[in-house]
Order: sequence, then structure tokens, then C-alpha cells
Amino acid sequence: MRAEPDGPEDRLRRFATIWSRAVFPATSTSSTRIEFEEQLLPLARRLSEVLRARTFDAPEARAVGGALVDAHCTDPEALSRTLDCVDAYLVLYCGDDGDPEDLRARSARLQHAMAAGFAGALRARTLAEQEAIAQAALKAQGVVAEALHASEARFRAVFEGAAIGIGIADLDGNVLQVNEALMRMFGVADPMLGGRRATEWTHPEDAPQTWRLYDELVRGEREHYHVEKAFYRPDGTVLWTNLTVSLLRDADGVPQYQLALMEDTTERRLLNLRLRYEATHDALTGLPNRSFFFERLEKALGAGPEQRFGLCYLDLDGFKAVNDSLGHAAGDRLLVEVADRLQACATAPGEMVARLGGDEFVALTTGRDTRREVDELAGRIMNALLAPVSVEGRELTVRGSIGIVEGAAGERSPAEVLRSADITMYRAKSAGGNRFELADPEADARVITRHGLTTALPAALDRGEFFIEYQPLVHLGDGTVSGAEALVRWLHPQHGVLGPDRFIPLAEHTGLIVPLGRWVLEQSVRQARLWRERYGESTAAGPMRINVNLSPCQLTHPGLVQDTVDILERTGVAPDALCLEVTESALIGADDDLLKPLRRLAEMGVDIALDDFGTGYSNLANLRRLPVSVLKLDRSFTQSMQQYPADPVDLKIVEGIVALAHSLDLTVTVEGVETGAQAEQLRVLGCDTAQGWYYARPGPPDRLHELALVDATG
Amino acid sequence: MERPAWVPRSIDISVPSVSRIYDFYLGGSHNFEVDREAARRAMEFMPGLPKIMQANRAFMRRAVRFATEEGIDQFLDIGSGIPTFGNVHEVAARARPGARVVYVDHDPVAVAHSEAVLADLDDADVVVADLRGPREILAAPQVERLIDLNRPVALLLVAILHFVEDADDPYAAVAELSDALAPGSLLVLTHASYEHVPLPAEQAGGAVDVYKDIRNPLIMRSRDDIARFFKGYDMVEPGLVPMPRWRSEQAPEDEDPYAFSGYAGVGRKA
Repeated sequence: MRAEPDGPEDRLRRFATIWSRAVFPATSTSSTRIEFEEQLLPLARRLSEVLRARTFDAPEARAVGGALVDAHCTDPEALSRTLDCVDAYLVLYCGDDGDPEDLRARSARLQHAMAAGFAGALRARTLAEQEAIAQAALKAQGVVAEALHASEARFRAVFEGAAIGIGIADLDGNVLQVNEALMRMFGVADPMLGGRRATEWTHPEDAPQTWRLYDELVRGEREHYHVEKAFYRPDGTVLWTNLTVSLLRDADGVPQYQLALMEDTTERRLLNLRLRYEATHDALTGLPNRSFFFERLEKALGAGPEQRFGLCYLDLDGFKAVNDSLGHAAGDRLLVEVADRLQACATAPGEMVARLGGDEFVALTTGRDTRREVDELAGRIMNALLAPVSVEGRELTVRGSIGIVEGAAGERSPAEVLRSADITMYRAKSAGGNRFELADPEADARVITRHGLTTALPAALDRGEFFIEYQPLVHLGDGTVSGAEALVRWLHPQHGVLGPDRFIPLAEHTGLIVPLGRWVLEQSVRQARLWRERYGESTAAGPMRINVNLSPCQLTHPGLVQDTVDILERTGVAPDALCLEVTESALIGADDDLLKPLRRLAEMGVDIALDDFGTGYSNLANLRRLPVSVLKLDRSFTQSMQQYPADPVDLKIVEGIVALAHSLDLTVTVEGVETGAQAEQLRVLGCDTAQGWYYARPGPPDRLHELALVDATG
Repeated sequence: MERPAWVPRSIDISVPSVSRIYDFYLGGSHNFEVDREAARRAMEFMPGLPKIMQANRAFMRRAVRFATEEGIDQFLDIGSGIPTFGNVHEVAARARPGARVVYVDHDPVAVAHSEAVLADLDDADVVVADLRGPREILAAPQVERLIDLNRPVALLLVAILHFVEDADDPYAAVAELSDALAPGSLLVLTHASYEHVPLPAEQAGGAVDVYKDIRNPLIMRSRDDIARFFKGYDMVEPGLVPMPRWRSEQAPEDEDPYAFSGYAGVGRKA
């Protein structure tokens, strides 16, 4: 509708403009002022009508007041400004030609009604909105409570159904609640655990840090900790747990509760203990086993100063015979009985008995006075074995050999101590058994060296640690070198050069003598060939010969003849250049089987010498039977000739032996010639060949060369 | 610590809520004394706070209308708060009948009230979710039902980003939401700032402290920092400006000086 300038419509709009300008700053509307004015225009029209109506329409005036609230004029200031505006301008712009007095009175009433309408509407709107927001809050709370309830139910189900024990306590340790699993672990039906505080749940096996961690946690200095912890159940049994305790803080980070999660490890622990027991105890006797014993021994040896230890190493004498004759079951029963008796011997604190295996037992005592104690312990053990053991109706006499080691802690390793005990026990055994011996460092050292050499032998051969020295054999008639005896040496990396007496017995014991002997034979024969190449086929005294020793072991080795033949053929040396020396003792009582290989060698042309002749009790008549061509007189005969004048009886004996040998067509070689007088005497007595320091000590092959040259020129 | 979605926060109406404070500034009575008390304390420092909220509402109205003129008929309003007069669905539906709106707020009371207000409407719904969990918003069944992400959407982040601390990476949240939107979508955003506040910063800071006290810290950002939210968007004229300067029919001199506090802008996704 187009407003006529200054017509009623135009005046009405001007009123609305003034009104909107006055109120707009006090409204909360998001409309622009122009839009707001458009909203007010119909209200202005209604006011105008009420103003001019014949009778005052109070409800309409109230409705306009209320409409202001609908237009988001909720601030009381908006009403104040509206009434100011109505009061000042409504009559002026909308009064037309009415009576000014009446119009003013009507305007006043109209304002009162508007105010009432505004207040009423504002009150209604406020109440409605308050109601709406309260409802919303309530509904939200309901939704949240429901969700909370659901999540709480879920949590409760987790809490109650968990297989792990869960407990909550306050920071003073008062238990607030625990779950089913925890109650089951403790064997109680009371979710407060009898009102006991967490700090009362101590156990002697609590690790030292357990309660320090606890204190740090409840002081808020630690968020959680994890320990292995034992608890006493109300019935007195022990519960072992893996325990994790966490600190629970409130929204502001203030510590509030402690949460304990525990896993029952009692069974697992028992299993571990059992496995540990099984791993540390002998299944047959129930005694601690070797590994347990070593653990204890290690501890004893690692003890502080002034602590000592004593150890008895027992091996039953003749146990193998029991096993062999009565069977293993009987043997086992015997061992069980012995174990029981030993156990009864070592009951004091610091004492223990263990079975190392087989029929070997150890008893250990520790403390300050073990020197005395270990003797007593050994005595008790010997006593305990006195009474026969009854097995399957038989009374078996049990004897044992004990090696005793006693000493201060911190000096030796367990292995060293046990080795010493073992050596000492063997000493007791070789002294006849049924006794105890005390360890002796020197005896130990001998055995240990011997043992060391034995184990080092095989590798020594592979590594070429052996070498051969040659000692010349000199023809007594003209003083020429007729050959040499090969003597094997061991250049040991630690012990230096070792003579055959140190290792040949070991090599025989282990069987290494066979390959070693073969090696010596081959080396010596090669050397013989070199000499022959150098000095020609023969010396003045005949062909240069090489003497090689044969050990008893080699004699019985089936490959002896073949090996010898092979070596001679390989090197191209004639059999008559080789002389094999065999000790007299090896041939005592020799039967034909043993002599057969020697015979075959002799038939081939190899000389056989009877070494160390005169030391054994050989049957002289037997000499005829033996395939030997040389007698080597033992050095004991020559030793007696070092004095002057020589013992006439010795001279007679040597003379007799030489005569005997020559009559059997044997040549005689003497060893250990150290002086010219000796040599002369032996020559006079008719000996054929000699060796000894007087001529030369054993040496490298080149030395023989020098000697031969001297010989040739001399 | 962030709670898993299925553990709701408890409702404590003794704690002020920013949505209800906002309602109070706008003259509403959807609030409790704690809210009003907080609002009055903030207003001691910044008496013109209601004018800022009013300008914010007015900007939103203009922006929604602009969006409908651009052909957009689906709206995602995150941080919608307490529905009062001139809501998005009213403005949008008036300009474009059939327009669909999903409101999102993390305040369960605001959401409960919204549910009541929207109960009879098919084209509008509300989701309780948090801007800091954009994936949850996008996966909400209400969003799936009402919004077709293959067509342009107006994403409204009006007066909400200044409640998200940098530690919660609001930029990443906006980026994740933006990634889900079709090209041509609009980002409608307002943000508090010390810039253009007609007060010394220290005094405005007093109001900011009130929000800190009620555990809803207000993060005042610079224009540059606010502009970074529009990464991947072309700014719609006149760009990122004080609210009354954004396509307003009203002369700036008619505006209250407080209305110029902070920034508003609309971007179009490239």
C-alpha cells in the first residue's frame, strides 16, 4: 500500500520507524532494524486502532504488549523504550482529530495494558523456556543415566566375571570392594576381606621393595607397580600372586583409590618349585643332584672371609660287581639305602649330601671349623657304611673310598675342588679302598698334569708336536757309528719338551700309541734312508741301522707287520736297516700268537732287539724261542761300572750274558755308557755295540752326521 | 583423557554450559542460574557480549540464505547449541522448502532440547557428537539419513572452533570433515578474536578467563590462524571479515561496536 505523504498511513509508518529505532538496540533479534520495523508496523496499526476505538479494547492492547516478546524483545528495557515511545508519539502520529484529553487518557490505559501484556507474555515465555530446558536436562540426564547404567552394568559384569582378582581400596588401605575371583583366591565369602587393611597383608616372603612401592603409590608419587607377592589366606595357606597396583585419581588429578589386579600364581609356582625340585634332585635317592650340589658348593666357595668348606667325595668300592652280579634293581636298592644312611650323617646346618651319579656321593660341610668337622663327617660316613645292607635277602658289605678336600672359601672354583676330591678319592681307592684320604696339592698336580697330557695327546699328533731325536749306536770294536736309536719327544706348548716316559704310558693307555708308533716308525725309516743316501749303503761296521722302540700295545696290534712292510716299501729302505726294540717284560710269557708277527718281521730281515734285558725275570731258556738278534743290556749293569774298580760280580754277570748271547748268535748292545773307562771295559767284556752320553746324547739327525764324520776321520 | 563414545559424560547442571550461556546472551530463558552467573561475570568485562552473539546469529542467517541462493539444500550445523529463534532449519526452509538440516552438539542438554523442538520435523535432526571426533559425526545415522555427501553441503562451524584447543587439533578436524564434502560445498565459520574488540585486550581477557574457569576455554585466534581453517576453499566475497561487514543490508554505523569483534567468512570448496 502506497502511503500518501502525511496521510494516516504515512504517519503510522513514521511512528513504527521511531518505535523500531528506539527499541532495536534493546532487542535480541537477529533481524536487521528494517526487518524489525516491518515486524513492528502491524503492531503499530493495532495500537492506533485501540487508541481511536470507541471503547477501550484492553485485551488487544495486552496482546500487542505480548507480541513484543514474540519479536524477541525480552529485555525489560525494550518495554520501557516502547512505552516511552507510545507515550510521546502515538497520540501525535495516530491520534487523528480526537479529543486530546481523551486520547491522552486512552494512551495511558493502553500503556498499562501493554505493560501487563508484555509482563504476562514474558512470564509465560520464561516459564515455558525454563520448563523446556529443565525437561531437556532431565531427559539428557535420563539418557546419560541409562547409558551410564548400561556401561556400569557392563563394568560390573567385567568386574565380577573377570578371571583376574580385582580389588579397590582407599589410600589408607581400607578395602572397599573386591570381586568374586579375588574372594575365590582368598577362599573367603566376604567382599570386604574381613575389614583388613591392605597394609596388614604382609608376608615373610615379601620382596624388600614391595612396601616401599606401596608407600610411593599411596603418596601419589607413583602411578602403578608390579610385584610378585604372597598372601596368607584366612585358613593359613599361602596364596601367591602376580600383583599390579594402580593409583586412581579424580578428575582434578588428586589420588583417590588404589586398584589391585592380581593373578593367582600359586599353582604355577608350585609347578615351578616341583620342576625346580626335579631339576635339582636325584630321582632314585631323592638326594640333591649334581647341579644342586654345584650351586651349593659355589655358594660355599663364594662365602665371605673366614668361611671354610669341607667336602667328602665318596665312591663305593666294588659297586660294579653288585650291579653285575645281582642286577641293577639290587644295585639301585643298595644306592637308596646308602643314600639314606649318608643323609643321616649330615644333618647339621650347613651340611648337605648329594648324589653326583652312579655310586658317587658327596657330603659338604660349611662354616668356620670345617677342618675338624669334615674329618668327623668322613668318620661318620665310614661308620654308617659298616653295617651290611640287606638286599634281596642278602647281606651286602658296603665299603667306600672317600677323598676329602678342606679349605678356605674364595680360593678355588667348584670344579677345581671337585676334581681334587675326585683325585683324592682315587688315591684312597688305589691304596686299597675302605678308607679316606686328605687332598694333597702335589698329588693333585701330578694327576692333573697326567690327565692334561692324556687329553692333549691326540691333538698333539695332529698338530705335529712330536719330534724324534736320535742317539748314535757305536761299534765298540772300532768306534764307528753303526746306527741310531730313534727316541720320540713331545714339544708341549706349555710344558716344553717331554720325554717318552712322560707320555708313552698315557699313549698306551689311550691307544694312541698305535698311530704314534706308526708315525715314529715312518719318520725314523725316512731318516734312515736319508742317511743311507748321504753315507752310502754301509758304514765300516755294516749298513747304517735305525732302532725303533715298539710298545707292548703295538706288538698286539694286528696291523704291525703290514704297517712296517708298507713303510719300508714306501721309503725304499731294506728291512735289514731297521731294528725294532721290544722290552723284555713285554715278551715274558709270550705265546706263539704274540711272537708270530715278530717272527715274520725277523724272517723279512728286520732285526729284533730285546730291550732292557736283565730287568725282568726272563726265562733264559726261552731266549732260543724268541726271534731276536740283539740283546740290549739294561743300564743298571753299566751303572755299576762307573765306579772304579767295578764290582767284580757285575763284571762276571755281564761277561756271562755276553757269552750266552754270542753262543745264541745274538749281538749285545749296552746302554748308558758315560765314561771312556766304561766303554773300554765293555769292549773287553765282548759287548758289540754301545750307546750313551759318552758318545752322544740323543739329538737332531744332523748331529749324527757330524759324529759320523768325526768317526770317519778319526 | 578422551572417553570412549559409549561412556557418556555425566550431566551436571551445576556446571555452566556454553550453549545455555549463549542462550542467555540472546535473551532466552533456556538456562540455569549457574549459566547466568557465568554470563554476568563475563559481561562485567565485556558488557557488549550479547551484541556479539546477536551479530553472530545475524551473520548465520545471512550465510544460510546465501547458501540457499547458491542452490544448497542440506546443512550440517556443528555446535548448534540451544535452538532459539531463527534457527538454521527455519531460515533454510523459508528460503528453500525441503531443505534438510542436521544439528550436532556435544552438550546432551542442548541435544535433548533440540530433539524436543525438532520432534515433529522430518527434515531436521540432531546428533550428540563432538567436533573433535569428525568420523563419528560423518558416520551418524542422522547424517546418513538426511545428507547426501555426493552433493554440496553447507557446513556450519559458527562460534564453535574457538572452543577447540590446539592440542585437540581443530584444523585436522575441519580438514577431515571437508574431505568428506562434495566440491561446491560451503564452509560457514565464525571465530572469536581479540581483533576489532572495542576494548583493551586485558579487559577482554577477563571474559576469556571466565570461560577458562568454567572449563570451556575460549581460544582467541588471529585472523591468519582463522583463515587457515579455509584451506582447500575459495573465499566467497567479501572474505574473512568482521561479522557486520559480511553481506549485511544494514549500514555499519547502525551496528553496535561490539558486533565487529571476531571474524566471519564463507568458503566454497574447490
